[in-house]
Amino acid sequence: MSTIRNQFSSLHDLREKAPVFLAVLFGISIYASACNLWLPEDSIFYVSTYTITLLGKYLCYALLALAVDVVWGYCGILSLGHGAFFALGGYTMGMYLMRQIGDRGVYGDPILPDFMVFLNWQELPWFWYGFDHFWVAILAMILVPGILAFVFGWLAFRSRVAGVYLSIMTQALTYALMLAFFRNEMGFGGNNGLTDFKDLLGFNLQSDSVRVALFLCSALVLALAYCLSLLIMSSRFGRVVVGIRDAEDRARFIGFKTENYKVWLFVYSAILAAIAGALYVPQVGIINPGEFSPLNSIEVVVWVAVGGRGTLYGAIAGALLVNYAKTRFTAVFPEAWLFALGALFVGVTVFLPQGLVGLFKNKKLPWCNRKKTGEEQS
Amino acid sequence: MRFKFIDFRRLNGGIVVTYLVKRFLALMLLVFSVGSLATAVAETDLRQISQQLVGAKLKVLPAIVEQFEAGGEEALPLLDAMLNGRLFVRKSDKLIVIAERQQDGDYALVDALSAESLSPSPKKRLKKVKVNNRLRVQLREVIARITLSSADPDIRESAVRNMLNKMSDRNIAMLAQAKKVETDSTVMALIDLALAINVLKTTDVQAERLSALEAIDGSLEPIVFNTLSALLAQDDAGNNLEADTAVRAKALKIKDRIQQKIDFFELMEQLFFGLSLGSVLLLIATGLAITFGVMGVINMAHGELIMIGAYTAYVVQLLMPNSLEYSILVAIPMAFLVAGTVGVLIERCVIRFLHGRPLETLLATFGISLILQQTVRSIFSPLNRQVSSPSWLSGSLDINPIFSLTYNRLYILLFALLVFFILQLVLKRTSLGLNVRAVSQNRSMAKAIGIRTEWVDAMTFGLGSGIAGIAGVALSQLTNVGPNLGQAYIIDSFMVVVFGGVGNLWGTLVGGFSLGILNKFLEPVTGAVLANIIILISIILFIQKRPRGLFPQKGRAAG
Repeated sequence: MSTIRNQFSSLHDLREKAPVFLAVLFGISIYASACNLWLPEDSIFYVSTYTITLLGKYLCYALLALAVDVVWGYCGILSLGHGAFFALGGYTMGMYLMRQIGDRGVYGDPILPDFMVFLNWQELPWFWYGFDHFWVAILAMILVPGILAFVFGWLAFRSRVAGVYLSIMTQALTYALMLAFFRNEMGFGGNNGLTDFKDLLGFNLQSDSVRVALFLCSALVLALAYCLSLLIMSSRFGRVVVGIRDAEDRARFIGFKTENYKVWLFVYSAILAAIAGALYVPQVGIINPGEFSPLNSIEVVVWVAVGGRGTLYGAIAGALLVNYAKTRFTAVFPEAWLFALGALFVGVTVFLPQGLVGLFKNKKLPWCNRKKTGEEQS
Repeated sequence: MRFKFIDFRRLNGGIVVTYLVKRFLALMLLVFSVGSLATAVAETDLRQISQQLVGAKLKVLPAIVEQFEAGGEEALPLLDAMLNGRLFVRKSDKLIVIAERQQDGDYALVDALSAESLSPSPKKRLKKVKVNNRLRVQLREVIARITLSSADPDIRESAVRNMLNKMSDRNIAMLAQAKKVETDSTVMALIDLALAINVLKTTDVQAERLSALEAIDGSLEPIVFNTLSALLAQDDAGNNLEADTAVRAKALKIKDRIQQKIDFFELMEQLFFGLSLGSVLLLIATGLAITFGVMGVINMAHGELIMIGAYTAYVVQLLMPNSLEYSILVAIPMAFLVAGTVGVLIERCVIRFLHGRPLETLLATFGISLILQQTVRSIFSPLNRQVSSPSWLSGSLDINPIFSLTYNRLYILLFALLVFFILQLVLKRTSLGLNVRAVSQNRSMAKAIGIRTEWVDAMTFGLGSGIAGIAGVALSQLTNVGPNLGQAYIIDSFMVVVFGGVGNLWGTLVGGFSLGILNKFLEPVTGAVLANIIILISIILFIQKRPRGLFPQKGRAAG
């Protein structure tokens, strides 16, 4: 019982910190946007559009990290396949953006995207219908990953697949999806994916103001997701979830249907990841099957591990830090990045099991109690 | 032998004349070869013929080539070199030579007829004897006719097989002649086949054709199938090209029977490919099964240990450039040691600190895999390297004309089984194996009765890693060796272990072979990528049904 009480107190702690987090997030994003839009380019405070896009990308990654943290940090489900939901969300947005190109493509076909003309397809496949409407794309963005997560989670949690087995299964899932999306016959652009987008809701994607708007939008969505996750985790549902993480058998014996809790948490997390993907695509301007690669998904896990799992702001901070380091590293020593990333994996798991957050608040989190109670769960 | 006095250079202009000469020569040759196969043309005569090649135009070459047939086996090296484009004229003395490019760029010369080595010469002092596709066909025919009387039955067999594809009256006459003196049963059967096909094509006598059909019944030579298909073909209006109904009925029956045989052997071939893929899966998954099954550790760096094994094979080959035939035999223990050492290091430096935290171990070993990959990329460059196969691994075992087993796949299949059974022996018969099994069944109890579990962990991990290294050597014979080699196989090997059941080596064996065979049987229907996807999804579904795999551990061992 002591673990749950500890968790409760730490959540309380977090709720006090939410305003701090939101203030920092909005402060920086509004400052950066203002500097980009209203300062002249030669000012020392000017923030280039490239930087804005980069920051927007980081925020999408942060949202993805948040999604992984919700299932891994709070429920102990280590998903090595969240990249799949991210990419699916990205593809739904990409399909909408593809349809928005209209007859401005290279082949000038008013209905078919370029790659379909190239493949000599005569008509739009049925699953592309409706993607010229934004709301259909939004609906698909929530439904497709949500349903996939529900089916996968329902099958897996009902038959009590857990631990490393579950991790391997999620990895196989994203690997299978990657192979599938690489096929031209799937109708999602095959190898090249979807790219060459022109505009979103009628706004030109290349213009500075739209880029800033997308960046601010990412910040807003991240803030909303953060607050919502905080709310969920401090509710009764969240406390049961944490109980399941620490002792699933005990929670089951008390009478909770643990698989239901896990499935719904998994679906929620998948939808968060999909939204992150959908925000990511218009900013980077491309989505291709490489996003499904198992390496991407596992990298997300390390962001969360670096920041500190089980604390929402830790995951976000981890994603921002690691990605910033990646940008700098790959520019200066491209060879050394994989060494650094590998060392990060090993170092964090061996020396910093609670991540950077754990360095600062070492006493409160239940992770400390695990060794004492001898639970073999993580 | 008087025709060698004809000066062909005078005939350059007239195609008709050349043709007539050719016919005449052919006739003469037929008479000559049938009459006195035994007496070979003396070398001096051959040399005179060969000198005609000097400066000869393409048009007259066929007639010259025909003359070589009289030279018998003496002329073979020359004809062979001409077929392969290695026949040259030395400009200084107009000598016909066979040239082979050396490493320094010059050409090593051999006299085409006496096989005497001459001093090497640069390319510009040589002039190539021209050869075109029509000439190559003719050369093959001439070579086939010469080798038909070879002493070696294998050479005779390939001669007859060459003639099968190009049946002229002359070839048939020669085959009929050869049949009288043939002693080897396979060659004999092949000659009979050729004659029977000829009968089918040329005569109209029903009885002869029926008995010819009888003779080709059951043969799997592609030409038999083609002949039967031609017999049964219909024209555009749907009329049968073959008028004789009795012949047609019999041909149809025989064709069906052959088709059944072909189907059967195609099935066998698929099965073999499946077993071959299964053996690769077994090799790469065995090491994982040990570390996962005994220590409960998910080793994401397993693929990189396979890669290290493959690179060891590459390095051993570089170190032993003069004994390529045996370097692979040295590479196997070396790869075991190198990969095993890396494995023990990983265990000692990282994994033991993460004991009892499987998910963290998974992440840490993934980090190690990134580091190993980048290390190899920095040392050996990101390019793929090739490990050459020794000659005893290349080639194939031909069971019949349509079914053959390639030696490298066959050996890897046997090797995988060998490794598997040696591992079983180690686990069942040695004290290390006893300790490993004790620790895997009940760690605390094993510790309590005095087993050094730390040491057992390190050895187990080293053993699993060493086997991964051996798998890498085997893979180096099938694909190119590159830094991403391991990544391509890691998910597959996880699937095999999870499907077979953790902690059960027999499960890994069954899992590897069944996934391999399933994959190869799906592939023709769905294509390679879709087959892969279907298998992944069916394993995901299978795990829902049986979360502990095909052969779950039972009782106390299940822990």
